[in-house]
Amino acid sequence: MAITRDEVLHVARLARLDLRDEEVEQLTRELDAILAAVGKVAELDLAGVPPTSHPLDVVNVWADDKPEPSLSLEDALANAPDADGPLFRVPPTA
Amino acid sequence: MQGGFAPPRGRLDQDSGALDQDSGLDGESGRPCDGQAKRATGPGVIDTLRLTAEQAMGLLERKEASPVELHRAYLDAVAERDSELHSYLRTVDEPEGDGIPIALKDVISTRGVETTAGSRILEGYVPVFDATVAARCKAEGLTLLGKTNTDEFAMGSSTENSAWGPSRNPWDPTRVPGGSGGGSAAAVSAGLAPWALGSDTGGSIKQPAALCGNVGLRPTYGSVSRYGVVAFASSLDQIGPVARNVRDCALLYSIIAGRDPRDATTVELPEPVQLPETDRLGGLRVGVPRQLESLDAIEPGVRAAFEGALERARELGAEVGECDLPLSFEYGMPCYYLVAPAEASSNLARYDGVRYGRRVEGATYREMVERTRDAGFGPEPKRRIMLGTYALSAGYYDAFYGQAQRVRTLLIREHREVLDRFDLIATPTSPTVAFPIGDKAADPLAMYACDLLTIPSCLAGLPGLNVPCGLADGLPVGLQLIGRQFGENTLFRAGHALEQALGFDPVPTRYRE
Amino acid sequence: MAWEPVIGLEIHVQLKTRTKMFCRCPVGFGAGENTQTCPVCLGFPGALPVPNRQAIEWTVKLGLALGCEVAGRAVFSRKNYFYPDLPKGYQISQYDLPSCTNGSMILPTGEIGHVVGIIRAHLEEDAAKTVHVGGETGRIGGADTSLIDFNRGGTPLVEIVTAPDLRSAEGAKRFLQLLRQTIVELGISDAEMEKGTLRVDANVSVRPRGSGELRTRCELKNMNSFTYVARGIEAEITRQIGVWESGAELQQETFDFDASSGTLTARRSKEEADDYRYFPEPDLVPIEPPAEVVERLRAELPESPAARIHRVQADLDLDRAVVLVTGGLDRLWEATVSAGADGVATANVVANNLVGAAVDPDAVNPAELAKLVRSRERIPQAAFDEAIGKLGDPGFSADPYLAQEAVSDEAELGPVVDRVLAEYPAQVDAYRSGKEGLLGFFIGQVMKQTGGKANARAVSDIVLRKLDA
Repeated sequence: MAITRDEVLHVARLARLDLRDEEVEQLTRELDAILAAVGKVAELDLAGVPPTSHPLDVVNVWADDKPEPSLSLEDALANAPDADGPLFRVPPTA
Repeated sequence: MQGGFAPPRGRLDQDSGALDQDSGLDGESGRPCDGQAKRATGPGVIDTLRLTAEQAMGLLERKEASPVELHRAYLDAVAERDSELHSYLRTVDEPEGDGIPIALKDVISTRGVETTAGSRILEGYVPVFDATVAARCKAEGLTLLGKTNTDEFAMGSSTENSAWGPSRNPWDPTRVPGGSGGGSAAAVSAGLAPWALGSDTGGSIKQPAALCGNVGLRPTYGSVSRYGVVAFASSLDQIGPVARNVRDCALLYSIIAGRDPRDATTVELPEPVQLPETDRLGGLRVGVPRQLESLDAIEPGVRAAFEGALERARELGAEVGECDLPLSFEYGMPCYYLVAPAEASSNLARYDGVRYGRRVEGATYREMVERTRDAGFGPEPKRRIMLGTYALSAGYYDAFYGQAQRVRTLLIREHREVLDRFDLIATPTSPTVAFPIGDKAADPLAMYACDLLTIPSCLAGLPGLNVPCGLADGLPVGLQLIGRQFGENTLFRAGHALEQALGFDPVPTRYRE
Repeated sequence: MAWEPVIGLEIHVQLKTRTKMFCRCPVGFGAGENTQTCPVCLGFPGALPVPNRQAIEWTVKLGLALGCEVAGRAVFSRKNYFYPDLPKGYQISQYDLPSCTNGSMILPTGEIGHVVGIIRAHLEEDAAKTVHVGGETGRIGGADTSLIDFNRGGTPLVEIVTAPDLRSAEGAKRFLQLLRQTIVELGISDAEMEKGTLRVDANVSVRPRGSGELRTRCELKNMNSFTYVARGIEAEITRQIGVWESGAELQQETFDFDASSGTLTARRSKEEADDYRYFPEPDLVPIEPPAEVVERLRAELPESPAARIHRVQADLDLDRAVVLVTGGLDRLWEATVSAGADGVATANVVANNLVGAAVDPDAVNPAELAKLVRSRERIPQAAFDEAIGKLGDPGFSADPYLAQEAVSDEAELGPVVDRVLAEYPAQVDAYRSGKEGLLGFFIGQVMKQTGGKANARAVSDIVLRKLDA
């Protein structure tokens, strides 16, 4: 097996996905097949090959330390599912 | 600004020839343009099925139509044909600019207009800012027609992964329009927009363009801003034009391309965009990967149309030769399906119900986040988030993500070597024509295989153009031309010449009278 | 069994740039909640980071000041985890290719300086602020909630990680004081723990003295002054020794230190250890600081406090050197000594009298101060004190004060001394029985009665003679 059910549950926790049981079953099967296919990359011996993070070879892109207008409070909260005055509100962190 | 075209911000080469706003009116010039037999314009007739963007601009320029009338014509077409096709998720009634309309894929943030990325988790999300590409279109006077359907978070090859249901192929509505940008491709193809913007990560502009019979460009990575575009895979995503012909495509590209200070991965174009003029390909060296030969996945009809296009290229003076991309064909897919989901798993972490989007309540923060994400994401994003998280996780990073990044380096080198000897690489865009809705939905790996031919050049950051090159079983076949970094002008030149020679009629057969 | 503490520190410095690390929202206090935010620092869909050039330069500068190697190529990385104050679901930080590595700070401790290794200094963005609110505030349903203000989110932070080279709580405190002074003198941060612009976590373990082993360590958090850091470390050292000496095995834990009660409270261990899944940030390109920039920054560096202490203590002693340098007084001291005053005398005047009179050392003319120091014994105390008080005035001249002579004449002072000794017979007896410290008392009384005009040395001689008589 390329991935076990326990590993799937662990990954789901890391990814904050509250999977239902049927989902776990199906995902375990699907991920197992996909991982077997993508795991192919391990066939190559790439010891001396540097990894690529960017297909474009560019460095040193930055901006000057000059302020630009922020969003209005209204815009910042415009899509908030729940707010308390000017603050975003969420359930307590345990 | 008038409806006519003024070169935007100096990105269009002034010498590349005047806009041909009367092009394709009739066959008098001896050039079969768009294979049209009818006049596309005339007093009182706005035939959106046949109008190119250039022609639409001409209408406004000559005051044969007003921006409002033009906009209305497209909305009427939507009313007539889109309940079947479902290419739009929402339309905008009143045009804001004084130019021609444009449709934007629903991953592109549009201020004041709902943007869902095809997902329930963004249901009701109305951005308070425009994506840079949307702002640039606005600055040109282009007016927003509506937001087009997409596979959820741009993940897919058929638009069947949209939370709002699939779009359908205008050539055969029982079939997919391709994906993830099936909405934009279907809209342009069915005359529901003169042109559109899509996004391409592994082929999401090119492949739908192939399946729907229109022109789509995936630009060089770094030439178009991603700011404001819902991120899928940051080192792969690019926004690009979907259009009826190559000239329109080039025009739209010149409007959106160029460095954006808000996107640190963009650069200035080394040379201005040139609208293609010539119909010859003298001396152009085209490489055809010999790996295509033994690829069973390519349908016979696709192969035949592709060979036909190569023949045309030769007739136009191109030198067509064989090139070698062994690693790309063997390891391109596995590499992509590690790099893209890994980046996506991180990019999608922000969808937590805290600051926007749909929230499912919970007693604790963690519970709320987990329930929100499980309810809001469809199966494909979940698969990719899980895959990506796993590939980055402790103990697996080196073998999966780390290894894939090294493979990517090899693929880049491989392409560079080929493009030292050739000006372009040619392949079919999609191994198959449009397939029936539901055919591959249950088999993720089969769906992933749709992108086999588009993926490798995406990993290399190279531009790719889809040009329709024929029909197979009555369905469009697309030719993919891959160029060097910032080699768009060569792509446009070659695509335009081939387009003229091929004479493909982009109006779906079932809409022609 | 003799135990040796092994202490390392993790310090976060909030840079005082005008804008945030990855967007151009202004950074500053006092703004209304959520009014210094934008799509980038709110993590809206499609938003992208663009790094702050000033923050990058200041990080390099700090690294240089700490003797670090500046990376030819630094890469931002994503640190992935979920928390309400982390809008993107990841923090942009630096991981395997940080801006600065491999530095050191010499902690002056006598002739041989104690070297504290700086493993790395890297750049990252701060999280937002979450306020946890209890149910009694009257929310519907009485449930607890968390409220989030994103104004602080995205502020540039430099994280400095030291090697576990500190060997005492006091040493840690000294290190932090020196580090803070170094940072403040660079002008890149106010570095105040009480304001949260400097944050310190301590990693503490103990081992048998001389063993060289590295045992389990615990982390201390939530201390918001240098003194509390020292106290927390002390408490933890004691606790750990207690555990080992009881024969038990020390568990790896994280503690909050409550300074008022002096107690360490263990944090509840998380359900599973965080797997941050670091990978290079694809939205940002690498930073390769140009050599000219690095050299310019290096040339701009002031001499570090540690180096100055080292230099000054050659002429004085360590304690005086530390006091002068950490008080920002050493430059004045050096200039005054160069102008002809004695080193120790000048140090005393500067550290005691000048500071006591709240004179700004930068406003003082060293040549004038030198004159005062050289004449201290000779002129009346009152005149000296008055001159010190005016040293910071523009155009100050010591000359008028030098013209006065303190009274040394026995004929004038003798009777005053007699009067004082007669007034305090009990103290005289006590002195004669051995309490020699009372000499200062008698001298002080004479100085008081002469209105500060007597020469202290002369008074001392006369008092001594009369007491011993």
